[in-house]
Amino acid sequence: MVGAIRRLGTLFINGVWQLGFITRFFWLILVYSGQSFTRLHLTLRELYFSGVMSLLIILVSGLFVGLVLGLQGYETLQRYGASDSLGTLVALSLVRELGPVVAGLLFASRAGSAVTAEIGLMKVTEQLKAMDMMAVSPIARVVAPRFWGGVISMPLLAALFSAMGVFGGWLIGVVAIGVDDGAFWSQMQSAVDFRYDVLNGVIKSCVFGVAVALIAVFEGYDCVPTAEGVSRAITRTVVSSALAILALDFVMTSFMFRGQ
Amino acid sequence: MSRTTMDLWVGVFVAAGIAALLFLALKVGSISGSDIQSPYTLIARFDNIGGLKARAPVKVAGVLVGRVAEIRYDNERFQAEVVFTVDGRYKFPTDTFANILTSGLLGEQYVGLDPGGEDKLLAPGDVIKKTQSAVVLEKLISQFMFNKAAEGDTAPAK
Amino acid sequence: MSEPLVRLENVRFAYGERTILRDISLSIPRGQVVAIMGGSGSGKTTLLRLIGGQERAVGGRVTVDGQDVAGLGRDALYALRRRMGMLFQFGALFTDMTVFDNVAFPLREHTDLPPELINDLVMMKLHAVGLRGAARLMPGELSGGMARRVALARTIALDPMLLMYDEPFTGLDPISLGIIGQLIRRLNDALGASSVIVTHDIQESLQIVDYIYFISEGRVVAEGTPDAIRNSTDPFVHQFVHAEADGPVPFHYPAGDYATALVGGAG
Repeated sequence: MVGAIRRLGTLFINGVWQLGFITRFFWLILVYSGQSFTRLHLTLRELYFSGVMSLLIILVSGLFVGLVLGLQGYETLQRYGASDSLGTLVALSLVRELGPVVAGLLFASRAGSAVTAEIGLMKVTEQLKAMDMMAVSPIARVVAPRFWGGVISMPLLAALFSAMGVFGGWLIGVVAIGVDDGAFWSQMQSAVDFRYDVLNGVIKSCVFGVAVALIAVFEGYDCVPTAEGVSRAITRTVVSSALAILALDFVMTSFMFRGQ
Repeated sequence: MSRTTMDLWVGVFVAAGIAALLFLALKVGSISGSDIQSPYTLIARFDNIGGLKARAPVKVAGVLVGRVAEIRYDNERFQAEVVFTVDGRYKFPTDTFANILTSGLLGEQYVGLDPGGEDKLLAPGDVIKKTQSAVVLEKLISQFMFNKAAEGDTAPAK
Repeated sequence: MSEPLVRLENVRFAYGERTILRDISLSIPRGQVVAIMGGSGSGKTTLLRLIGGQERAVGGRVTVDGQDVAGLGRDALYALRRRMGMLFQFGALFTDMTVFDNVAFPLREHTDLPPELINDLVMMKLHAVGLRGAARLMPGELSGGMARRVALARTIALDPMLLMYDEPFTGLDPISLGIIGQLIRRLNDALGASSVIVTHDIQESLQIVDYIYFISEGRVVAEGTPDAIRNSTDPFVHQFVHAEADGPVPFHYPAGDYATALVGGAG
């Protein structure tokens, strides 16, 4: 019993310690971000690896999610004779929730894990130490560009995911099932508000981008420099990113869409 | 992968992302800031607003002219105070009537304005005096039952 | 001889509870190649990290070129490190860049030289290690010995005053090993630098260095010139030089009485 309480206490203290560490790391990244923008090609390279390389999976998944939403939405809506609202249902679910969340989860497993692996391997092979010994800050040269690459990619990928999803919903609803094209778009437009729905969705994806990118670079930088340590760090990146995305989503949704 | 090819792909990616954002903003959603131009606010007080919510539409003759900005409770008059913004292109006489209506039987509630015949127009920040509260279904039903009961009472007396 | 380039005075170092270095005093004179030897896990690499300022000593002083390393701020430390070069155990080449870009890395980071000049400098450094032809290869395509030579070219890119080698001979075939050894000596003399080699390869070191320190259990246990070391009667040095399994460095990890353990285990 005492042992259990003690373990819980240790766990709690470790958690707080870790939180402080990651916050300090975040601060360091911000301080050393200058180079990421003065030497833009460093960040562009990471934008390529985290953004462009995730493009395919994001577009394909977005399309399928849209198709499923179209099918399921139509199934439910036509029972109430409200199949004209299919566009609204597809667009609102994508723009508010599914776009940022699913794109975030995919991004964490596709790009976040790759960033962790890359930084982790650089640590294992002493490349980070070597850089530090060459009087080049690894945080400025390696960590910050990867962080910003992720932060910039995420909202763009989420927007592409949502757009692709709406297209998928349209394909099923209008092209395949035969919902009225005009009703699909006009109902959607009157129900989806730019500031309230679209912008809040974009804000969500930006926050997820910061969270996933920070977790990915942190886990890589902090990993135990062995093969096993790197593989554990990658797992932690995916798991903690997923948890962070879902928890942050809940918090933000409760702030943004309270329905007054 | 050479630098220039990579730059090209990054360019394509960023352009596609921005295009998707524009698509969401313009085609999927509607920019609420743009369809209401140079807005001004009006205030109306209701005894009961029913299920009216902020951002609910304000319509005149079925045309969207504005949106509800804020709903608060006036502790002195014991009434609900509804603040809404209206497109600056539309002007209304001072004896305009404000109703809270429901679109369809179970649809969302909105503010409907019925312009009167006065020559003087409502200025920004003015209060619409003539209002009609939301129809509360429960009240309606209980009223109906009450009337029926009253009819039932009088019928045997006949 | 003037003031030595690097001087360690009564340095003590510990990772938490675990004491690595107890009391180390040594100096590296300018222009010389000094080897620090000791068994695996004797804290040799930690010594290099103390000199490079990547770790801070718990007690004592580490001075490089008259500056107290532990007392330097980040900028001053980075300024000092630009004049140091460190060769890591497995080269630590940046795997996402070509050999050329690896060697050019410190030049591009720390100077504003035009591309043509950088090109010339990189080719000169690569030529010095005999790998000018490998400039376009990726690190993954190099053998262990070649990778270490490329890393060496990168280490000397900024013409450092102090060169540090962490186990430069580990895992190399005899030919590569000889090449690296000769390079270390030649580059040191050509650059007018000073070098520290941390190693346990006694035979190779004896041929190229000017002075040797032996470290065991966190202390300097023996020191001397190669000739002195060869003829040393010190039991520790003798064990090390002649690679004997048992001696002052025991074969057995400290344990209880063997017979008792066996009998006790049976009963």
